Amino acid sequence: MLRFIVRRMVGMVLVLFVVSILVFLIFNVIPNSPPAQRLAGKNATPVLVKSIEEEWGFDDSLPQQYVTMMKKVFTGELISYSPRTSVESRIKEGIPATLSLSIGAGIIWLFFGLVLGYFSAIRAGGALDKFLTGLAIAGISIPVFLIAPVLIYFLTYKLEIFPNAGYVPISEDPWQWLTHLILPWFTVAILSIGFYSRVLRSNMLDVMNEDYVRTARAKGLSERKVMTRHVLRNSLIPIITLFGLDFGATVAGTAIITEVLFNIEGVGFYAAESIEKLELPPIMGVTLYGAFFVVFINALVDIAYAYLDPRVRLGTAAQ
Amino acid sequence: MSPAPLLSVKDLRVGFATEGGLLQAVDGVSFELRPGEVLAIVGESGSGKSVTAQTIMGLTRSKNSRIEGSVRLSDQELIEAGDAELRRVRGDRIGMVFQDPMTSFNPVYRLSAQISEAIRTHRGDVSKGEARARAVELFDAVGIPDAERRVDDYPHEFSGGMRQRAMIAMALALDPLVLIADEPTTALDVTIQAQILRLLEDLNRKHDLATILITHDLGVVAEVADRVLVMYAGKVVEEGTLDEIFYDPQHPYTWGLLGSLTRLDRPRPKRLPQISGAPPSLLDLPDGCSFRPRCPHEFGRCTEVPALEARLADAPSHCDRCWLTSEQKREKRQVAGQIGLEAPA
Repeated sequence: MLRFIVRRMVGMVLVLFVVSILVFLIFNVIPNSPPAQRLAGKNATPVLVKSIEEEWGFDDSLPQQYVTMMKKVFTGELISYSPRTSVESRIKEGIPATLSLSIGAGIIWLFFGLVLGYFSAIRAGGALDKFLTGLAIAGISIPVFLIAPVLIYFLTYKLEIFPNAGYVPISEDPWQWLTHLILPWFTVAILSIGFYSRVLRSNMLDVMNEDYVRTARAKGLSERKVMTRHVLRNSLIPIITLFGLDFGATVAGTAIITEVLFNIEGVGFYAAESIEKLELPPIMGVTLYGAFFVVFINALVDIAYAYLDPRVRLGTAAQ
Repeated sequence: MSPAPLLSVKDLRVGFATEGGLLQAVDGVSFELRPGEVLAIVGESGSGKSVTAQTIMGLTRSKNSRIEGSVRLSDQELIEAGDAELRRVRGDRIGMVFQDPMTSFNPVYRLSAQISEAIRTHRGDVSKGEARARAVELFDAVGIPDAERRVDDYPHEFSGGMRQRAMIAMALALDPLVLIADEPTTALDVTIQAQILRLLEDLNRKHDLATILITHDLGVVAEVADRVLVMYAGKVVEEGTLDEIFYDPQHPYTWGLLGSLTRLDRPRPKRLPQISGAPPSLLDLPDGCSFRPRCPHEFGRCTEVPALEARLADAPSHCDRCWLTSEQKREKRQVAGQIGLEAPA
């Protein structure tokens, strides 16, 4: 198991290396205009452009340029130029809000997705299943940019159940933190709840036909134990993979729209703001940050996967 | 013979509601099983042998199944038993071994945990440690080497034959009265088959276990069975002791089964003999004898369903469902000097 973890971590570093090269190519090499000009922003003076060109060493060889860029990223010297602000510190400031949003939403969608999927599966074909199916399809079909304004309009503006948009750090006031986040959480989660409940339902229906489920029944286990210990347990394995991908994508991307809609100043908000102002260094930083999260969470998922399925741990994948 | 039967099945009928109507998978099967006896149920795929076995365990219960008749274990009626009562019988008083050992264990739990689960479901007071110790004991008993260490392996770390041994160990965990083995050797290669059969025979003798062996392989039957039930299209077509079935078979279907065995002690036939045609759809059975369309000896009376009854004066336990007289049978079953079913004209 330890060897598996170490191998996975080495793999993760390699993937991040490749991602960083891709980012370098996309931002600094491929576009057909002077990179310094683009990095400087919309209304840059020639002096600024000149200094950026020297700072980033755009006259050097490409590998040298790559090293210079990565040095900036790792030492926190990546800055946006109008006005001069440190990208690293803005991302760091945004992370608590983004993680609060993503982790909370992740927990909510996993919980509701699994509960609804489970009941849908054990009552497959029944009225409850049909009702939950309808609900899931509705959840999957409603786009975030529709559900968010609707929720805000009715629950915040009309009924005044929830406070107005914004973000309150948990260290400042946990209750305010919670009430400010409930709507954003559900906004992010609703699509995945529907999706996960469908996936779990169909996984469970597949697993129910497995021979070992019949064996479990033949042992005299109660139906509830057969369902939870054998059917559900084995149906969770693909769900974990899915969760890793989706959660990574949420931290790195999905949160952008929700953060903007709810005025939560997280990393996604920062990314949206930078895109609007056409500032490249922050976009570069956020891209790398997103890539890191996706890769890191997927490594965690693989480790969880190995824990859940012993065949992965000892099979050829680990050799 | 014979002590009182341990398991007696009377007129068991199992149907499944399908879109095409009621599918009568098992149609009036009766048999008795005594302690220490091995009863083989043979037949082609779809003859209802597995459904019979699973119905004894209550595993065919569902919204769409229609189960009638009686299954008595000692003095307990299982067909009418509630789900909870039946669960107490499953795994405890009746153990079951399934066909494919590769897929019959849950891949994510250690074997010790799966055996322990079987034990602790029925014996709440047994600790995990005790259950594991029992699993080691069972592994030893079924001939798994290095049991103490291997009991904590995962199923995928076992070979097919070893897994089937583990499966048998699990079925025996609580000293059941009856063991149902549903094609226990079908998924194994021939040398392993022989080992598993010997193991089943051993255990059967040692524990006075009543065993139902379901198979389509008459070679397997010849090795271990005391009595044989031949099923065709949901009905028993012939029933008798091993010798009666092998040396004096009465039903043309049994002749066909025996005739299609390849034997090492006879010259090799040019073409392997077979029973021509395919089993009928259970949704659209022919009138009368179900085997009629495939039977070269069919005659006028075959449109009436023959009863399953003893037709030989000297063998009261040997029953069959065929209208031919025993003289006709003895003559017609001779194909090229041995028992067989001739190809239809």
